[in-house]
Order: sequence, then structure tokens, then C-alpha cells
Amino acid sequence: MELFLALAIGLLTTCGVWLLLRPRSMSIIIGLTLLTYAVNLLIFAGARLKPGVAPITLKGATTLVDPLPQALILTAIVISFGMTAYLVALALKGLGVSGHDRADIDEDGV
Amino acid sequence: MSHWPILPFLLPFTAAVLLLLLHRAPLAVQRGVSLAAALLGAGASVALLCQAAGGGVQVYALGNWPAPYGIMLVGDRLAALMLVTLYALALPALLSACAGLDACGPWFHPLFQLQLAGLAAAFLTGDMFNLFVAFEILLLASYALLAHGGGKAAIGAGLRYVILNLAGSAMFLIALAILYATLGTLNMADMAVRLREIAPADVPLVRVGLLLLVLVFVLKAALFPLAAWLPATYPAAAPAIACLFAILTKVGIVALLRLDMTALAAMPQGRALLQPWLPLLALATIAYGSVSALAAANLARLGAGLLLISSGTLLFAIANGNVGMISALLFYLPQSTLVTGGFFLLAGAIAIRRGDAADRLIRGPVLRQRTAIGLAFLTLAVAVSGLPPLSGFLGKLMLLQAVDGGQAMLWWPALLGSGLIIALVMARAGSILFWEPEGHADSKAEHEPVGRQRALALALLVLVSPAYAICAAPIAAYADATAQQLIAGTPYASASLGTAPARRDSRPG
Repeated sequence: MELFLALAIGLLTTCGVWLLLRPRSMSIIIGLTLLTYAVNLLIFAGARLKPGVAPITLKGATTLVDPLPQALILTAIVISFGMTAYLVALALKGLGVSGHDRADIDEDGV
Repeated sequence: MSHWPILPFLLPFTAAVLLLLLHRAPLAVQRGVSLAAALLGAGASVALLCQAAGGGVQVYALGNWPAPYGIMLVGDRLAALMLVTLYALALPALLSACAGLDACGPWFHPLFQLQLAGLAAAFLTGDMFNLFVAFEILLLASYALLAHGGGKAAIGAGLRYVILNLAGSAMFLIALAILYATLGTLNMADMAVRLREIAPADVPLVRVGLLLLVLVFVLKAALFPLAAWLPATYPAAAPAIACLFAILTKVGIVALLRLDMTALAAMPQGRALLQPWLPLLALATIAYGSVSALAAANLARLGAGLLLISSGTLLFAIANGNVGMISALLFYLPQSTLVTGGFFLLAGAIAIRRGDAADRLIRGPVLRQRTAIGLAFLTLAVAVSGLPPLSGFLGKLMLLQAVDGGQAMLWWPALLGSGLIIALVMARAGSILFWEPEGHADSKAEHEPVGRQRALALALLVLVSPAYAICAAPIAAYADATAQQLIAGTPYASASLGTAPARRDSRPG
């Protein structure tokens, strides 16, 4: 379970960083999204992995998993969602202004 | 529990929501609400400063959840000082924007207020995750303000700025995840308590987490290899926006100072994490800023160079970290922010008077109101290059005196050399702008309204430096007491955590 999660986080981070270093803004946006997934899983792992245990106190349950990281993830998801939406809008505006979707849209001539 | 600490955040936030509802209202109404909120926020910050000057640390527990479970807003001396600086910069910036910039797009005032709310929250918060949220609020507002009223250049610069900061946010979250997994808390004072008795097995992971956090803060503060975004971003923003943005790099610096004084100071060999790379890179930042100021082709780029030099100076002071240095840093920081902000407004004022030459450093038409603008330029140039008798000189003098013996060999040449370069650059720019006119006053520029608000805003920021020099003694005393409070650590910790900190298992779950 730990190994599987660690590999998933590593793979997502690798893909995210590679795409982040691409010149086109659409790949960068997808890269940032993958990076966000990796980060959220990492925060999740911060609560320790306990299969079958709920983050709230249930009747008859003897243990519970730390609920705070899940709240942190929720906040992080909302924020990254908003940021990605803004970045997509800005990239589209850049596409409209310059006619191509490289991240350095103003490098030619301005 | 006093409610003062939340007001500097709550007032602009409420105003932002109100202004969103009022976005169809006439511009005069929006301006009124926006200015009123900024004035009230300034009043609340000054009240907080007066309370903090009494020595007490005001703590506001959000939702009245006790520490370390709840989120704290901590109004200590440092937070109060930064809030007053923020509003002292924001009021002239807003006033200047009301001369016409806010009419370029529909959402200017809500965004401006959100920017203020985010900045205020970043200075006040006592919790690392809440600091992340505050960073995101202020960044989102800054993304939109950067693009406000700008063309292709602003969109291109904005796109790279957003991407860079989103990558920074991802690193921030990685750091927080690591620190929470090992320490079980993100409250800064509680983190310090945990770090004091950290298990040796956790040390490597904690060091990685803390260093990632430092990396994010120095990215915001524009430390040398991570600074290339700054000269590309600020000149793309409108002058009033660039003026407010002068405080954005200071958020990173204050966050780093907080981290240094709480978590790093508490951890065994924690402050050694910043050595020797931070002082060296800070000196490199000063050099980079000096070179980019020398190479600047227009006034806005020159202003960006000034910001870099200021960042390098402040980061070196943090890395050095003795009481005298921190005290000098706290004296230098507000005046440096306000003077650089004023310089961006002045660049805008010169640009609208020169027609097509704008703020480029080439010969252009004779400036209207040459005497007034020239005096403003002279005052800001003297203040920013650290010549006597203005505030920059006093700040640099304190920084020079406070350095520990061994580092003086690097520090004195860096600080004095950068001052000399700024003086040279300013002299060159001033002589091109004021003494080498070409042709007559531009007829197109003649008709453009200059706006009384713009003149008033510029005058306010220009007069800050002489006023700061006159009130230097009380400000220096306040800065000194702030440094003592930060280094002592206990007032902050006991106020944030209560007298008997709640104990938990060191590991969550």
C-alpha cells in the first residue's frame, strides 16, 4: 500500500515536472495539474495510511485517522482549481493576442 | 479576546465582497467604498500598532478554537509594523489608481481590496497553512491586477508570473505535507515547541521540509537565481499597481523572518540551515539588482532593479540574524518599500508627461511641472541611494553598524557599492530626463489629464522619506523592541499557545 502510493506520487510528480518544462502553455497547465494531484496525495499520506479507518468518530470504532490533512487537501483542491481556471483563461487570452500558445507570447517584437 | 487583529484583514475583505455586488454602481460610489475601506483598515492597523507598542501580543482565535488546534491571528509588533506599512503604501496607490486606471476594467476595486486582504492576512497569521491560503489570495488578486489595463506585454509577463507562482505553491504544499507528517502541527509557535524536542530520526525529513519552505519564501522575495521574474513582471504593470506590488517581495521576507525566528531558532542547528548559501546569494542579488539598474532602459525597469537590491539587503540581514541586524532591517524595510513604491508612481507621472518617449531613458520633450517633478525625483533618488539626510541613509547606516565582524568585509562593499551604483544611475536618469530635453513640450501630452489624485498620491509617498528621517528615533526604538520581541520568542509563543500549551502525541493518528 505504502509502496504503491509512493510510486504513484513519484510518477505524477515526474510527469508534472516534465510537462511543466515544456514551452507550450497547454502542456504547462496539464503539468501543473498533475503536480497538484501528486501534492494532494502527499498531504493525504501525511495522515498515515490506515485502510478501513474513518476520519470521524463512529459508533463502536476504536481508532480514527487524522482528519486534518483531508481538510487541508480540500482547501488545496479548491485553490488549485481556481488558479488553474485563471491560468487557462489567461493562456487563451494570450493565444488570442499572439496567435500561438507558447508561454513566451510577448518575446517576438515587443 | 480583542477583535482588533482581524480588522485589517476583515475590512478590505468585506469591502471586496461589497464591491463585487456594487460592480454596476457608478465609479464614484466604488471609489468611495474602496477608499473608505482602505482608510478604516489603516485606522485599525494604527490602533493595532499602538497596542503592540505597549508590548502586548494580541491574539485572535478564529472561531474561538483554542491553540494549537484552531487558527490564530497574531498581532505582535512585527505584524503591526507591516500592516501600517501596507496601508501607508496602499492608500496612495489607490488614490493614484482612482485618477483613471480603475476605469480601464470593471473589477479593479474588488481586486485591489482582495489584494489588501491577502497581504494583511499573510502578515497576521500564526499558522503555516493559513499563510499558504493568504499567499494564494494575494497572488490571485495580483495576477488579475497585473493584467489590468495592460496589453500583450502584460499578458505575457502575467502568464509566466502565474506559472512560476503555481509551481511555488506546489512546493509550499509539499513542504507543509512533510512538516505536518513529521511534526503533527502547522501552528508556527507550536512547530517551534515540537522542533525543540525533535526525534533524531525525523531530523532529515524536517530539514527538507523547512528548506523547501525557505525556498518558497526566497522565491517570493526574489533571491538571485530565482529573481529573473521580477524585472520582467513589475514594468508590465500599471504604475499604481507596481507601486502596491513593491510590498509583495516583502511578504516573502517577513515570512522568512517569522520562520527563522520561530521554527529555525528553536530547532537544534536550525539556523545553520541558512548558512552559508543565503548570505552569499543575498550579495549576488544585490549585484544582480545593481547590474539590472545600470542596464535599465526605462524607469520602471530601474525601479525593479531597486526592488532587487532592497530584497538582497534584507535577506542578508535575516541570514546574519543578530539583534542589531534585525532591528536595522525592521527600520530599513518600511521606508525602502514606501520609497520604491513612490518611485514607481513617479515613473508613471513622468511617462504621461513625455508622450511617446514615455518613461524610457532617452531624450524627450520638456516636462510640464518640471520643478515639482524634479524635486520629487531628487528626494526619491537621495532616499533610495542612501545619501544623507533622508531615511535611506539612516537605514543603511544602521545596517552597516550592526554587522558582525567577520562578514563586514563582504557587507560594507556590497551595501556601499550598491548605493554608489544607485546614485550613479539616478544621476544619469535625472540628467537625461530633466536637463537634456529635445524639442518642445509634447502637444498630445499637454491634453492628457494629469489628475489631482495622482499628484497627491505621489506627494504623500515622496514626503514619507523626510518624515521618516525626522521621526527616526521613535521608529528605531520601535524596530529595536520588535527585534528583541522576535529574538526572545516567548511572548509570541505564550500568546499564540496560551500559558499552558496543549499537549498531543508528537505524531498524528
